[in-house]
Amino acid sequence: MDVIISNASGQPIYEQIFTQIKNNIISGRLKEGDALPSIRVLAKDLRISVITTKRAYEELEKAGYIYTVAAKGCFVAEKNVEVIREERLKEIEEHLKIVSGLAANCNLSDGEIYEIYNLIKKEG
Amino acid sequence: MNAIETKGLCKTYDDFKLDSIDLVLPSGCIMGLVGENGAGKSTTMELIMNTVKSDAGQVTVLGTDNKSSDFRKLKEEIGVVLDEAYFPLVLNAKDVNIVMKNTYGNWDENCFYDYLGKFSLPIKKQFKDFSRGMKMKLAIAVALSHNSKLLILDEATSGLDPMVRDEILDIFNDFTRDETHSVLLSSHIVSDLEKICDYIAFIHKGKLVFCEEKDRLLDKYGVVRLSKADFDVIPRSAVKGKKVTDYGVEALVIRDAVSGAIAIERASIEDIILYIAKEDK
Repeated sequence: MDVIISNASGQPIYEQIFTQIKNNIISGRLKEGDALPSIRVLAKDLRISVITTKRAYEELEKAGYIYTVAAKGCFVAEKNVEVIREERLKEIEEHLKIVSGLAANCNLSDGEIYEIYNLIKKEG
Repeated sequence: MNAIETKGLCKTYDDFKLDSIDLVLPSGCIMGLVGENGAGKSTTMELIMNTVKSDAGQVTVLGTDNKSSDFRKLKEEIGVVLDEAYFPLVLNAKDVNIVMKNTYGNWDENCFYDYLGKFSLPIKKQFKDFSRGMKMKLAIAVALSHNSKLLILDEATSGLDPMVRDEILDIFNDFTRDETHSVLLSSHIVSDLEKICDYIAFIHKGKLVFCEEKDRLLDKYGVVRLSKADFDVIPRSAVKGKKVTDYGVEALVIRDAVSGAIAIERASIEDIILYIAKEDK
């Protein structure tokens, strides 16, 4: 599993860990039941704070991506189709917000946007 | 459990007062103590080890009150390294092993020789011929070789080159892979502390300015560089320190209190400390 911590991104470190592990799970690189490195091992390997890593794992657990077995560690949870769909919907919404902003900037009508969208789909 | 907990720690000397220091170092974590020369870092460490008597306050180390009779025995589990390593000049590492074997009840000879190997320290060279880096590494090897649960280091990495410092930081990092192991260290090289600490405690003129999770500090503060006119728009309460020149203003701000339209750069721990200390002048 790749986890790259960037100091330049401005994104809090716990968010960086959260997003990257989440993406590893959604993309299927981490499979259901796979063991995650323990909080301490990951923190020490990445040379980041244990507390921060713990916060990221807690967020992942809250969001349903992983679960904890006492004294055993953390594992990738069963892929919840609904959760992932919800996640994707949110992403699409974000992108559409940008599109709508850009469209307003240059007076593009909704019809023209649909046209572009259809074109993209056709080209596949 | 907390490795170190101090409450209302006070110590007054003729010309210096350490005023009500509250620190909490949870077990398994690394805390960096920063502050200018004479801020009270070493005094704090001495009070924690009870080598200097406090005027007021309470210290608990690894769950034991440091004024209780059990503390003497507990010292076996604490490794202390000061800014200078002192061993008799004619001893070599092998001799040091023999001395320590008779000093610490739980001295671990194999562990010591492991560290000597890891640090590439000579076995037969006399201490007087050691370089500064070798001396510090020997002191740290000793501190780690009696089943210590807590390391206390006062300026242990000062005067060392970046490579050796990084090696030593790696040792602390590895040491705390065990969640019952903790480290308290002070250093003037704040970037070193930023690299490995979970917590940063900032002591300034005998007072504790903050004792906070490192990443929370980094998330909380940011640096802005603005023209004077733009700077005046920022609410005063958001500004924690500033540097005004003829060409503009550089300031340390609380990120959340500044409008999103202003570009905020990442503040290093060093930035945070320098701005806050200057503001206090």
